[in-house]
Amino acid sequence: MIQTIAFYMFAVVLITSGALTILSRNPVHSVLWLILAFFNAAGLMLLLGAEFIAMLLVIVYVGAVAVLFLFVVMMLDIDFAELRAGFVRYLPVGVLLAVVLAAQLVFALGAWYVGGVQLAGRLAPVDPSVSNIQAVGELLYTRYAFLFEAAGIILLVAMIGAIVLTNRPRTGVRRQDVSAQNGRRPEDATRLAKPGVGEGVEL
Amino acid sequence: MTGLIEWFQAWADASAIGWLTWNLILILLIALPVMLAVALIIYADRKIWAAMALRRGPNVVGPFGILQSFADGLKVFLQETIIPSGANKGLFLLAPIITFTVALLAWAVIPFDVGVVLADINVGLLYVLAISSLGVYGVVIAGWASNSKYPFFSALRAAAQMISYEVSIGFILICVVLWAGTFNLSGIVEGQLGHGFGIVNAYAFNLLLFPMAVMFLISSMAETARAPFDLTEAESELVAGYQTEYSSMAFALFWLGEYANVILMCALNAILFWGGYLPPLNIDLIPWFDIPGIIWLFAKILVFFFIFSWVKATVPRYRYDQLMRLGWKVFLPISLLWVAVVSGYLMLTRYSA
Repeated sequence: MIQTIAFYMFAVVLITSGALTILSRNPVHSVLWLILAFFNAAGLMLLLGAEFIAMLLVIVYVGAVAVLFLFVVMMLDIDFAELRAGFVRYLPVGVLLAVVLAAQLVFALGAWYVGGVQLAGRLAPVDPSVSNIQAVGELLYTRYAFLFEAAGIILLVAMIGAIVLTNRPRTGVRRQDVSAQNGRRPEDATRLAKPGVGEGVEL
Repeated sequence: MTGLIEWFQAWADASAIGWLTWNLILILLIALPVMLAVALIIYADRKIWAAMALRRGPNVVGPFGILQSFADGLKVFLQETIIPSGANKGLFLLAPIITFTVALLAWAVIPFDVGVVLADINVGLLYVLAISSLGVYGVVIAGWASNSKYPFFSALRAAAQMISYEVSIGFILICVVLWAGTFNLSGIVEGQLGHGFGIVNAYAFNLLLFPMAVMFLISSMAETARAPFDLTEAESELVAGYQTEYSSMAFALFWLGEYANVILMCALNAILFWGGYLPPLNIDLIPWFDIPGIIWLFAKILVFFFIFSWVKATVPRYRYDQLMRLGWKVFLPISLLWVAVVSGYLMLTRYSA
């Protein structure tokens, strides 16, 4: 009973906020709707018993990716007239996307009517008594170890690439050198002078 | 009393409505004391801060001024909520509500005693990490929706600061999880029983985890934007930061949420590294295992809160580039290295079969 109510609640809010992500005029509102959509997707994952994936969805997407999205979008200079002008220009691409999505939906529904996918035919059936994290870990570090490490290396290369592309030697920057600051003694910085009358000091 | 509890539990098992009512009661049983604790801890904070500055602090309202926070609460409640005409109204009002709600959410998985926890879930620590990463939204949305320069700068600072420190906090937590072998917070507390030399109930007395305990304490100050890392509300640079445009109850919600977060971080320090609801020593010289665990947890939270106040009263504020340097160039490499060290040590000792 409660599962059914929760499922329909999460599903309805997910689809609504997904639609509003596209439809809202203000990009900041779009990102906030997207965050709500992530949340409800995490709720659906919880209902499926995949609590680990649900938490990761919230930590990674809501906690980090969406914050950076918001960070960038907040700094946009929004011109609403220009946004409306773009709507007509991008209409053909949008219609094309809609047609592709509709075709996919028809295929998916057709496949669904033919019959469900046999769960027993999965590559690695999971023992229901094992906890989520353990099950994921056991598969990730044995059967899929190569793919896992390959994904890690790709991410590392992407990160290094981003740093190389944006890093340029900056001139005229005064950097703080903490050890030099701490190593500075009074003798290095001050000098006692006793100038005669009308002589002044040499700096 | 026990009869009533049993009757409620039977009702909760029997019907959906009963389950809902029982859980609502349990949620209120956690949320209301947390709110009361926030009011008193604000008073404590001001008293400690005043004592270190050789002042008296609040001493007029009630005995020793203990009702000061309630008087302040009443005052802001009666004030007018001002919404700037250029503000994005919906988001402007949503932001303090988000901050306040998120600060209460994480208490669902905090174990107060053996088995006394609202949601004893397998992924408890991940849940805490997920919820604490949401805290930044209230600040960021407030800064943007105010449509004003200083709150906006403050929001940008807050976003960068929280993301930077969450990375190292994540690695520190992984060290603890590797040692405990579970993400469940009760399991982590139980794992600390007699951990230090068979006598002390704390992970912090483990030589490999002690550096992580220190780093977690500092990171939790940065994560809650407390002094010396309170750059989001540095008054000499940003007026009052993201709260500049807020008044009355909306301002008070930020205030409550901030302190609820601070207490939560103190509780996490106690639970992850200092034995949570366990007594400090594993010897039953005086029968202190009979003292309820919740009292031990409270005592530990108060000790950590004293450290937070102490730091706030004595340490000057960081500069923003120093804050980023500490997060990315000091904490991140050390905690990353430490994950390798801890997991390597465990592979050599515990898992080398």
